[in-house]
Amino acid sequence: MESIYLTIVLAPLVAAILAGIGGRAIGRVGAQSVTILGVATSFALSALVLKRMVFDGAPSFDGSVYTWLVSDGVTMQVGFLIDHLSALMMVVVTFVSLMVHIYTIGYMRDDPGYQRFFSYISLFTFSMLMLVMANNFMQLFFGWEAVGVVSYLLIGFWYTRPTANFASMKAFLVNRVGDFGFVLGIAAVLYYSGSLDYSTVFAHAQAIAAARLQITPTISWSAISFTCICLFIGAMGKSAQMPLHVWLPDSMEGPTPISALIHAATMVTAGIFMVARMSPLFELSNTALSTVLVIGATTAFFMGLLGVVANDIKRVIAYSTLSQLGYMTAALGASAYASAIFHLMTHAFFKALLFLAAGSVIIAMHHEQDMRKMGGLRKYLPITYWTFLIGSLALIGFPGTAGFFSKDALIDAVGRSHLPGAGYATVCLTAGAFVTALYTFRMFFMTFHGEERMDHHTREHLHESPWVVTLPLVLLAIPSAVVGWFTIRPLLFGGFFAGAIQVAPTHDVLGAMASEFHGPGAFLLGAIAGLPVWLAVAGVACAWLFFLKRPQLADAAERRFHGLYRILVAKYGFDWFNENVLAAGARRLGGGLWRFGDQDLIDGVMVDGSARTVGWFSSVLRTVQSGYLYHYAFAMILGLASLLMWLLWRT
Amino acid sequence: MNAFSVAAFNSGLTLATPEIFLGLAGCGILLLDLLIGDERRHWTAALSIAALLITAVLAAGVEVSGPVTALGGMFLVDAMSQALKVVALVIVAVVFVYSIEYMRHRGILKGEYFVLGLFATLGILVLISAASLVTVYLGLELLSLCLYAMVAFDRDSGRAAESAIKFFVLGSLASGTLLYGMSIIYGVTGSLELGTIAAAVQGGLATNIGLLFGIAFLIVAIGFKFGAVPFHMWIPDVYEGSPTCVTLFVGSAPKIAAFALAMRLLVDGLGGAHVDWGQMLVVLSVLSMAVGNVVAIAQTNLKRMLGYSTISHVGYILLGILAGTSQGYQSAMFYTITYVIVAAGSFGMILLLSRHGFEADRIEDFKGLNARSPWFAGMMAIFMFSLAGLPPFIGFWAKLGVIQAVLGINAVWLAVVAVLFSVVGAFYYLRVVKMMYFDEPVDAARIDGSPLMRAVLSANALLVLLLGIAPGALLVVCAHALP
Amino acid sequence: MLDQYLPILIFMGLAAVLGLALFTIGWFAGPRRPDAQKLSPYECGFEAFEDARMRFDVRYYLVAIIFVVFDLEIAFFFPWAVSLRETGTFGLLAMLVFALLLVVALVYDYRKGALEWD
Repeated sequence: MESIYLTIVLAPLVAAILAGIGGRAIGRVGAQSVTILGVATSFALSALVLKRMVFDGAPSFDGSVYTWLVSDGVTMQVGFLIDHLSALMMVVVTFVSLMVHIYTIGYMRDDPGYQRFFSYISLFTFSMLMLVMANNFMQLFFGWEAVGVVSYLLIGFWYTRPTANFASMKAFLVNRVGDFGFVLGIAAVLYYSGSLDYSTVFAHAQAIAAARLQITPTISWSAISFTCICLFIGAMGKSAQMPLHVWLPDSMEGPTPISALIHAATMVTAGIFMVARMSPLFELSNTALSTVLVIGATTAFFMGLLGVVANDIKRVIAYSTLSQLGYMTAALGASAYASAIFHLMTHAFFKALLFLAAGSVIIAMHHEQDMRKMGGLRKYLPITYWTFLIGSLALIGFPGTAGFFSKDALIDAVGRSHLPGAGYATVCLTAGAFVTALYTFRMFFMTFHGEERMDHHTREHLHESPWVVTLPLVLLAIPSAVVGWFTIRPLLFGGFFAGAIQVAPTHDVLGAMASEFHGPGAFLLGAIAGLPVWLAVAGVACAWLFFLKRPQLADAAERRFHGLYRILVAKYGFDWFNENVLAAGARRLGGGLWRFGDQDLIDGVMVDGSARTVGWFSSVLRTVQSGYLYHYAFAMILGLASLLMWLLWRT
Repeated sequence: MNAFSVAAFNSGLTLATPEIFLGLAGCGILLLDLLIGDERRHWTAALSIAALLITAVLAAGVEVSGPVTALGGMFLVDAMSQALKVVALVIVAVVFVYSIEYMRHRGILKGEYFVLGLFATLGILVLISAASLVTVYLGLELLSLCLYAMVAFDRDSGRAAESAIKFFVLGSLASGTLLYGMSIIYGVTGSLELGTIAAAVQGGLATNIGLLFGIAFLIVAIGFKFGAVPFHMWIPDVYEGSPTCVTLFVGSAPKIAAFALAMRLLVDGLGGAHVDWGQMLVVLSVLSMAVGNVVAIAQTNLKRMLGYSTISHVGYILLGILAGTSQGYQSAMFYTITYVIVAAGSFGMILLLSRHGFEADRIEDFKGLNARSPWFAGMMAIFMFSLAGLPPFIGFWAKLGVIQAVLGINAVWLAVVAVLFSVVGAFYYLRVVKMMYFDEPVDAARIDGSPLMRAVLSANALLVLLLGIAPGALLVVCAHALP
Repeated sequence: MLDQYLPILIFMGLAAVLGLALFTIGWFAGPRRPDAQKLSPYECGFEAFEDARMRFDVRYYLVAIIFVVFDLEIAFFFPWAVSLRETGTFGLLAMLVFALLLVVALVYDYRKGALEWD
């Protein structure tokens, strides 16, 4: 089995290297073939692994492949932990990645960086698989940082655009903040358990829970809460939770396939995955869980609102991603880990679909992304239209779609939680259903219906995208529509994640729901009577009324609630605060330290001063090397004599 | 003393197969070389390299389940000896590959270089496997005499002759002190066998002032062989004065011999007196790190700079040995092996850049190398980064290992000194990198070198990088060699 | 005790007598026709009394080194010959190896022309 796992991981890496350094030797066709082959291999094998585990009952695997180094008793190694959780993630990651690879052939056709792009996305797949399959924190961190680097490279893929460079820098810096917390968390884990291996750490979980972290003689923190919150700060960076969400909307500067693969379907879910993986730790700290719950719910509602005022089609989807990640995070906080992973999976399908479909629109519009210049595209892009509609319905949780099952169960689960903040979270998430429907269908109507607002030249060239673009759309639309029917029972209520995810009995909201669950059909009927579905329908209706039927109503509302509108357009001022307070303050502080500390003290006195001293010594000592043999012999004899003298003096 | 038994002696010969083969091969190649003309000297080189590699295979193939003493108690095979032998043999083979072109360009492609090299290597092997003071001395002299001759190898060069004489006289002095120390130790312990000596030292002789005097004399010889301050004076002159191919030889494999010398004498024989020789090594180590790193800054000649760099690295190797723990010995062995690999590559770069009438041994000859050959500038940068001890290159793990070893014996101040001087040292290595990448080239000639040499040199550099990323295998070898 | 040294005393006596005898015979029986060249002291072709720091032919070194090697070889051969009965075949083989190494050296010297004065 080990060789299968190694192949899954290494196939994309080899492909990335070949595509990256092959250059002219393998050409564009070579690069696309080799990377698609690599990812397809990974996908096929991942599916095989999942099938064996789910249907053939193969046991989970936890073992090391290579010991990198041993330092101070801490072993750092490359190892795999393959259980239902990671197997499911592997299939999702490789499937979406494969779709994006195929789609890229069409989307990037005219780009000079064609081969580089394929190399990057294959490298990303490798990194993500390393992250998902890790059985220790070291490798998790490696994968974590590796996806971060590739994400940075890809956001700045069009490196001649200043905005792309700015966005990639922003993503990188914001993620540093998160990673700092993450590293602290890993350090705390290592400190308290003495190991980096999941199995050992989880075995020590109770010991960590018992420990206290002494800050001052009178103040002490619970070690487990500290550890979990630090780890969660890492997840906040990667999964873009408030207030570390600011990089995600800007990351849309990257090519659209990237937005689909990295910034919607896979990488940003790494934080969700990580918290689910760490469930044995999080379960021991109500403080940490409450934090997760509140931050998730806040992100889910308030980021959704921003989608209502954005005009760039990709940004609307980006805010929707933020909001959906908030849903997942809230589920984690409510200990409904399985529900979070379920939503992660369905979200991966329909969000990748939405992004790729938006990409298809963007190709047709000659890289115009502003929805105010679209409209009435339905008749020009029929396949895109229908797949986009399926994606939108899944996103708003329209009964029967994949998103419906995962989201409705998720809201229900959070509603049953008794943790502090659960009430607030339930309100946010339920209201979020309305907001989601509102911005989704606002986007849908503005793009595909209504009057045609594009210029004459663009209209003449409008036509459906080539098959390499539409094929992934269709292939992604299928699971977006139906996957919920088959998976809700095993994933949420069938003990699918037994052994991989641990839930304390007092937190077990899904367990409580399981007794009321009588199959997807009954679940569907039960939910239709529920509030979220009607809020979603109301949201669609509002969108129809405000943005299609009577657009003047939207303008009126904008004037009426001018203050609120301003706040939303300014994105609650996070960017302003970061740039003018944090960044500017840091720059001023840095400038001061640089002038006084660096230039005067360090450069002037310490560096130059000591360099001069060393240089002077050097030239003096150099003259000792006179070149005369008898000087040399004399030095040796002198050395011997001093050793002997020292012996005599000592005794 | 064990009774001498012919049967036991003959069965012990199988353990010495690598040495016997190398000796025979050396004689054979010496005779063959007499029969061929100057234009076909590369056959001598090829045969020598083949002989070394076969010997390496033989050395790796000798099967022992633990330390085995043979040949009347003179010869010892253990995990350390096997590992060191294989490394030494492969390194010498690589050195020969680097040297061929250089000697051809200067018209000094003679068989003697290779034959002397083979016999020097034989000396290294004998030293590595020494189990008695006599074998130690035998191996050391075989090595040293060959080296003296090699330094003077370019007969028409006055500088080479000068440095050979210096090397010879100082080497004889060190050799004399070694013999003196050995005879004192023989007098005190009554044995030449290291095992018996160790038992005697453990048995209460550790505080004997006579033994301590003997140790002091041994330290001088060990210090000389390593090139530790204040017994380092020969290094800069010999490194600079010799033809670069000889500098390459002197600067690489003999360090392994010096490490073996220290391990056999101090650890195997005098392990019980660790407190005493450990303190003496502290002085040597600190002085070496200080003088080596500081004086290297003022050098303009790259060979001389690398000479001082050797001195400083010796200081770090000694740190591991003086710790006196198995962790320390392992880290010193790791350091030695990695240093030898990196040193061979650095001198190899000088050989690659040199051509007829141009030595490429000044630091400024590397100016703008990136513009001339980005690939080899990268290779040189790898070597320099590794010497400076930057991650992810192998030199980083080596330094980390010895520093951890001294921290293991709670000698924090030594660790601090080591780190400080490695910062000083980083300056002159990085200066080379800076010159390669940011200065204008003064020399526009094409980079020559046979495809074989280019391939081996690249492999050498990539090995430094690869081992830096995944040092596990080599760490395991060292841990296995010195449990 | 001392009588054990008697043969040595006899040996020394004989040596003295023989030496004196040969010297005396030469003194009386030999022809004597001195000239300037014959009267000058001779030492390997050098002036006997001059500054020690002078150049002389490097070939002397070569001959001297080869001489030392083979001289030492003889020094090894004597004790080996005496104890050959005890060491037997093993001793014979060991000495053969030793001699073979010297042969290699001799062949090398010969082929390199080290044995030719001019």
